[in-house]
Amino acid sequence: MSELSVDHLLGIKYLKAEDIELIFETADHFKEVINRPIKKVPSLRDITIANLFFENSTRTKLSFELAEKRLSADVINFSASQSSVKKGETLIDTVNNILSMKVDMVVMRHPNPGAGIFLSKHVNASIVNAGDGAHEHPTQALLDSYSIREKLGTVAGKKVVIVGDILHSRVALSNIFALQLQGAEVKVCGPQTLIPKYITSLGVTVEPNLKKALEWCDVANMLRVQNERMDISYFPSTREYTQQYGVNRALLESLDKEIVIMHPGPINRGVEITSDVADSGQAIILNQVENGVAIRMAVIYLLASKIKQ
Amino acid sequence: MSQKVLLSAKEIDIILHRLACQLIENHHDFRETVLIGIQPRGVFLAERLKRLLENDYGIEQVRLGYLDITFFRDDFRRGEKTLEANKTRIDFLVEDKKVVFIDDVLYTGRSIRSALTAIQSFGRPSEIELLTLIDRRFSRHLPIQPDYRGRQVDAINEERVLVMWQENDGEDKVYMVKQ
Repeated sequence: MSELSVDHLLGIKYLKAEDIELIFETADHFKEVINRPIKKVPSLRDITIANLFFENSTRTKLSFELAEKRLSADVINFSASQSSVKKGETLIDTVNNILSMKVDMVVMRHPNPGAGIFLSKHVNASIVNAGDGAHEHPTQALLDSYSIREKLGTVAGKKVVIVGDILHSRVALSNIFALQLQGAEVKVCGPQTLIPKYITSLGVTVEPNLKKALEWCDVANMLRVQNERMDISYFPSTREYTQQYGVNRALLESLDKEIVIMHPGPINRGVEITSDVADSGQAIILNQVENGVAIRMAVIYLLASKIKQ
Repeated sequence: MSQKVLLSAKEIDIILHRLACQLIENHHDFRETVLIGIQPRGVFLAERLKRLLENDYGIEQVRLGYLDITFFRDDFRRGEKTLEANKTRIDFLVEDKKVVFIDDVLYTGRSIRSALTAIQSFGRPSEIELLTLIDRRFSRHLPIQPDYRGRQVDAINEERVLVMWQENDGEDKVYMVKQ
């Protein structure tokens, strides 16, 4: 296959296994490109991309912007805090105004689940979802799987546990879809209050005990507790959360094997993961960040090549 | 569809030896020279020449890299299909080196134009030469000519030149195919 089956990247659930394979193969080439003395290719010099961030982001925004610039696309940035959204403009109006300036692709982060899908039905541009509420964060899931593939050779057949705040996490949902599509087994682990009720209907199992989960897995993806999305108290205290669901050196050493530790960032050091674990050779957290640029270059390149001239 | 044989295995072998000798004439011990095979089909020719130079002509360690030009092409989004990339593998800097581009067929010259841009990502070569097995003259879109050529052919646009290699296609042969 040489072409994506979709015109937008709205979520992993709209992709086929072959799409993921194509994105990974393309990302391999871009990873080589970004390690050259000159890290830029001219492919997208006639493409303009708007990065619309209606919600805060550091890593994802920088990563997308860098990926776009490495491909020679023209980039415009927009963040909701400094815009007419505050004056009451609707999403479609905002985006259509931007598109009138001849923009070909929109990368959007939005607090509402489904914002990207809604937009793709109403505007004439290729949409990349950079996170929509607690729904999906497809490029994060792709770079996570890509990092597992890089570290362990393949994703198929691997056992991955996602630990922490599953309820508020778009990273968890996208990761579950991506890992299952590639033939990995997925467990989730966290306080009962932060595990959504429907989660088992996705074909994942719930393991409330962290030690048991780590004994089972090849890879542990540690999620951040998203305090900013919590309207009520989901657990008694951060200290108690750390005691039950935080990964530390002693816990890892009590296992009879070395597992891979991942974290999508930003890390709350000392909460879900201790500093000595985060900075150890077992953790591939910074590889994930590097791979993020290559993955986003691949996604943008493949989607841009479907935009008609 | 009709096809005729442009070069047989024997003829290819003779030409490869001649090209190797011409390279030695200009590059002596290859200390300051690197070979760059253009992906995807130029790498077979480049590997053959490297083997020949090392085994038959006693040159020690000819440096060879593969250059993929996909992301530097000028026809992105102009065709139906997404352009698929191949591996680039250049484990050395080309700064101040003499670079020899190696490709199987020189046709419009656009691939070589892309390669000239692409190689800049790996440094500033002191000079760049072009070696090609088949030179389709009168088909150029750009002012690009080879420094070493195996065989010059006159082909019209409807005709395609196919270079087959033993290690990839099961035989050493060059065909002219008419659709």
